[in-house]
Amino acid sequence: MYEQENCKFAKTHEWAFNENGVAVVGISDHAQHEISDIVFVELPKKGAQVKAGQQCCVIESVKSASDIFSPVSGEIVEVNEALSSDAALVNREPHAGGWIFKVKMSDAKELDNLLTFEDYKKTL
Amino acid sequence: MEKELKKTALYEACVKAGAKMIDFHGWLLPVQYEGIIAEHKAVRENAGMFDVSHMGQVFFEGPDAYKFLQSVATNNFKLEEGRGAYAHVLNDKGGIIDDIIAFCLTPEKFLVVVNSATRQKDYNWFKQKAEGRNVKVIDASDDFSMLALQGPKALDYLEELDKNIKELKRFHIKEVDLFGQSAYITRTGYTGEDGVEIMGSHAQINKLFEWCLAHGFKACGLGARDVLRLEAGYLLSGSDMDERRNPYEASCGWVVKLNKEEDFTAKKIMAEVKANGVKQKLTGFVLTAPGIAREGCAIFKDGKQIGSLTSATFSPLFKAIGCGYVPADLQEGESVEIEIRGRKVAAKAVKMPFYKNKV
Repeated sequence: MYEQENCKFAKTHEWAFNENGVAVVGISDHAQHEISDIVFVELPKKGAQVKAGQQCCVIESVKSASDIFSPVSGEIVEVNEALSSDAALVNREPHAGGWIFKVKMSDAKELDNLLTFEDYKKTL
Repeated sequence: MEKELKKTALYEACVKAGAKMIDFHGWLLPVQYEGIIAEHKAVRENAGMFDVSHMGQVFFEGPDAYKFLQSVATNNFKLEEGRGAYAHVLNDKGGIIDDIIAFCLTPEKFLVVVNSATRQKDYNWFKQKAEGRNVKVIDASDDFSMLALQGPKALDYLEELDKNIKELKRFHIKEVDLFGQSAYITRTGYTGEDGVEIMGSHAQINKLFEWCLAHGFKACGLGARDVLRLEAGYLLSGSDMDERRNPYEASCGWVVKLNKEEDFTAKKIMAEVKANGVKQKLTGFVLTAPGIAREGCAIFKDGKQIGSLTSATFSPLFKAIGCGYVPADLQEGESVEIEIRGRKVAAKAVKMPFYKNKV
């Protein structure tokens, strides 16, 4: 759905997929694999304003909590409620049903500051 | 500068089996292989194995071995040969230095299994207390590797190696021939399931590791072990209890045998603690709203902090569980709040263990 090749990546392992000025945000396949066994996602609040690089959400595995940073600035317009009952969706479908939140971007040019999938892979 | 981490003799075998390693009190140990949830399930429903070679083996040997053990440990070791018991080792003020399981091999020889993080401290303490007594305290930890083989099917699989293994009773030990060498098997564990722990030479336990992988056991890491032990209400020495706490506060009053004949470290203090009751007590909590609590999270009652969690985790069986010291009058079922990243999440006090199997 949000194919890796069509996403931009933050060094902190979040991806953003541009859907007409709204960035769909999730975590990379590499990140879900590293975190493993995701059991809870503390979703951000709908309507909240976030800045690029700002911590806005927490993913919990059995053993640890990982901060998730918004890769772009704007307003959180939607959160993935499906994760409330099935957080492991992030493990199973990191680039599809496991998306986490959507940001109405205040400056879509910020996407240019993120890495392409090719460049992201080189950082791993 | 990075400190040198110790590796167990099973390190290479664990890595080969897919282990992800972490630093556990100076030891490089598997935190997980396939995943904590899959490993937890294997132990609850089938069989799992853990490299616990970091744990310590100390022998008390000599004419005074029994009396000495009685004097440094809280439980009563008036046991028949081949039997063991769980106990606390206290400092002179009654604080918990460590928890141990000691086995009677002969009236003049006991095997004491101690925790890795406290191994040196335990040994020094034993040595100090043994001065002038007719007992040798021997730290043999470096000679042993140790595997914990746990789960409802563990003994079924192991029957192929030792057809009499099911005759070994809970908390008993026996010496067996394993791959041509002698090894100790104890029917004990830290998971809440039936199973055994096997201590032997490094080569032997490496062989056993390979054998178990090929005979139904799933390799499991410390991550799953921590969830399993907390569900089963087993305390973690150094986290859930330490020298600032006594056994009664740790809800382990049953390991203090005030009525045994022998005097033991802090016996008098323990009698007073028992008579006067404790102000704080280790209590279990289950979250009743979404969230995962972690060690260190503050516990609130009516807006006031009453304690903090000493252990906490996600549990596949109970969602989010933890335990911590709170006022002893907090009743089972009472509502509290646990603060997670500044957010107060509803929880309730429960009796430990969270999980009880018929082991």
